[in-house]
Amino acid sequence: MAKFSEQQMKEFQRLVNRYPEGKQKSALLPVLHLAQESFGGWLSTETMDYVADLLQLEPIEVYEVATFYSMFNTQPVGKYMFEVCQTGPCMLNGSDEIISYIKEKLGIKAGETTPDGMFTLKTVECLGACGYAPMMQLGNNYREHLTKEKVDAIIEECRNNAARNN
Amino acid sequence: MGVKLLLAKAHIEGIRSYDVYRREGGYQAVEKALKTMSPDAVVEEVKKSGLRGRGGAGFPTGMKWSFIAKPEGVPRHLVCNADESEPGTFKDRYLMEHIPHLLIEGLIVSSFALGSNNTYIYIRGEYAWIVDILEKAIEEAKQNGWLGNNILGTGFDCNIYVQRGAGAYICGEETALLESLEGKRGNPRIKPPFPAIKGVWDRPTVVNNVETLAAVVPIINLGGEEYAKIGVGRSTGTKLISACGNINKPGVYEIDMTISVEEFIYSEEYCGGIKNGKRLKACIPGGSSVPILPANLLLKTAKGETRYMNYESLSDGGFATGSMMGSGGFIVFDEDQCVVRHTYTLARFYRHESCGQCSPCREGTGWMEKILLRLENGHGKMSDIDLLWDIQSKIEGNTICPLGDAAAWPVAAAIRHFRDEFEWHVLHPNEAQVRNFGLAHYADPLQVPAGA
Ligand SMILES: Cc1cc2nc3c(=O)[nH]c(=O)nc-3n(C[C@H](O)[C@H](O)[C@H](O)COP(=O)(O)O)c2cc1C
Ligand code: SF4
Ligand code: FES
Repeated sequence: MAKFSEQQMKEFQRLVNRYPEGKQKSALLPVLHLAQESFGGWLSTETMDYVADLLQLEPIEVYEVATFYSMFNTQPVGKYMFEVCQTGPCMLNGSDEIISYIKEKLGIKAGETTPDGMFTLKTVECLGACGYAPMMQLGNNYREHLTKEKVDAIIEECRNNAARNN
Repeated sequence: MGVKLLLAKAHIEGIRSYDVYRREGGYQAVEKALKTMSPDAVVEEVKKSGLRGRGGAGFPTGMKWSFIAKPEGVPRHLVCNADESEPGTFKDRYLMEHIPHLLIEGLIVSSFALGSNNTYIYIRGEYAWIVDILEKAIEEAKQNGWLGNNILGTGFDCNIYVQRGAGAYICGEETALLESLEGKRGNPRIKPPFPAIKGVWDRPTVVNNVETLAAVVPIINLGGEEYAKIGVGRSTGTKLISACGNINKPGVYEIDMTISVEEFIYSEEYCGGIKNGKRLKACIPGGSSVPILPANLLLKTAKGETRYMNYESLSDGGFATGSMMGSGGFIVFDEDQCVVRHTYTLARFYRHESCGQCSPCREGTGWMEKILLRLENGHGKMSDIDLLWDIQSKIEGNTICPLGDAAAWPVAAAIRHFRDEFEWHVLHPNEAQVRNFGLAHYADPLQVPAGA
């Protein structure tokens, strides 16, 4: 079973140390982020049990949190996840067209992953970038002022990165 | 140019770094407060400033601070609300990205005033790169003696930590935020007890918005009374507005609350007018939760007076003919936009974000979304419009937290002011699939009742 590396354990300790004695449950969200980043972009039951163990919580305390927050994936996702905002202010600036374009280009619907496991498309609600619409989140960053050309370039960029890392 | 207090220096090259921020006069408010003032005196200045919470509700900050309980031997906490998830709102992000030390400085002074030795910034999880910016600023402040133990030799200890959320609008509601900070689902708590008595880990806690806490810096530097001279009436100081939608210059602007809505939309200094030379149809002036107004009621009140960008003027006329300052998320619609479709996206948003604890909110938001989608897709009936009205009225006021109201108000306002656009969708279902209702009469000058 996957475990945190020494480096990741250090980060884990740093997170736990921010709270008063006995309140280590407060570290749950940050630790789940760390686990998700460390173990393939999603939280398996095994991973959640591991986190529960580390924080001395009941597994259910971890499951109920992991399923509440939209950033935690409890199913596997593609290597690159396009999280495209579809809320009103982005809609006023053409997010519907961008979402349709991505669907067409990748041949998947929202919520699906391409068969090669490369891309997942997820429609999301306002990400606080309304003035730079249309936009999407990709990893830890935002891609803003999207156009069809930009979407093409981003897909290209991801493919290149993946090829380089293999 | 209006007065700028928060963003005046935000564009100086390198201001994100400690050295430049300090050289430009940064951390003087910490020096002044910690060395020359008592915690109570800081609270007093904030009271005098008239500062109102910038997170949306507009509650007087000094008064909120004076409510914090001080039981013997129990630590108190300040928590900064950087969850910023109200559609249309992206001002806190701008402040934190451009001038992070301003927030850190405000947090130190405010922590001193409240007696918080461990202060938390709860930031929405998607702002991942801003976590790094803030942690770097905190580290720099610590290295330069503004954080840690015995700051400036005054005996005051303070640490600041950044806590990342994980994608839940409801965690912006202060009690849900505290639950989340404790590592739980973001279910709002029933109040009372208020956080000032029982907050995080059952300790007295104050939750304030990013912009509110940053504003404490100019308040201490200028003095509360001077700060209160900026602005008008009970709208003191400056306000950050994040402007978006169909305008030429979307972005974050600092205004001093004396300018008119018309100037804000059309002047080159701010929004720069409507994109593509189109006409203004409508606007949601304070984030998705506040009532939408048609162009005519936006620019002028029902009494025919100019409407200004401040708390009082934006709410002039109540919900019948006014709106709210809210979070300062200013969403502009041009003549080609469909109010029904936009309202549908908001209903979908609130359904998605409802925590599910109260049935009027959990069920009502789902029904509203379904009915609005039906209307938008040309399958609606006339009675659906009344049904929508009925549902929203049953949510409002019947829930644990204000998300229920926040979901109900946009629907109510859309029907109140744009009923004929909804009816047109029912009467012309096919046409509604290929074109929008358009500007119609929404920008026509209003009849001002005699004697108003
Ligand atoms: C559903 C909901 C979401 C909210 N989201 C935020 C938010 O993202 N940021 C914020 O500062 N306040 C938000 N608030 C308001 C907070 O509950 C609280 O009033 C505020 O943080 C107090 O700070 P202030 O007095 O400085 O404005 C939200 C309220 C509700 C009901
Ligand atoms: S009003 Fe909605 S979001 Fe608020 S507590 Fe009730 S169900 Fe949850
Ligand atoms: S509506 Fe898309 S980022 Fe706000």
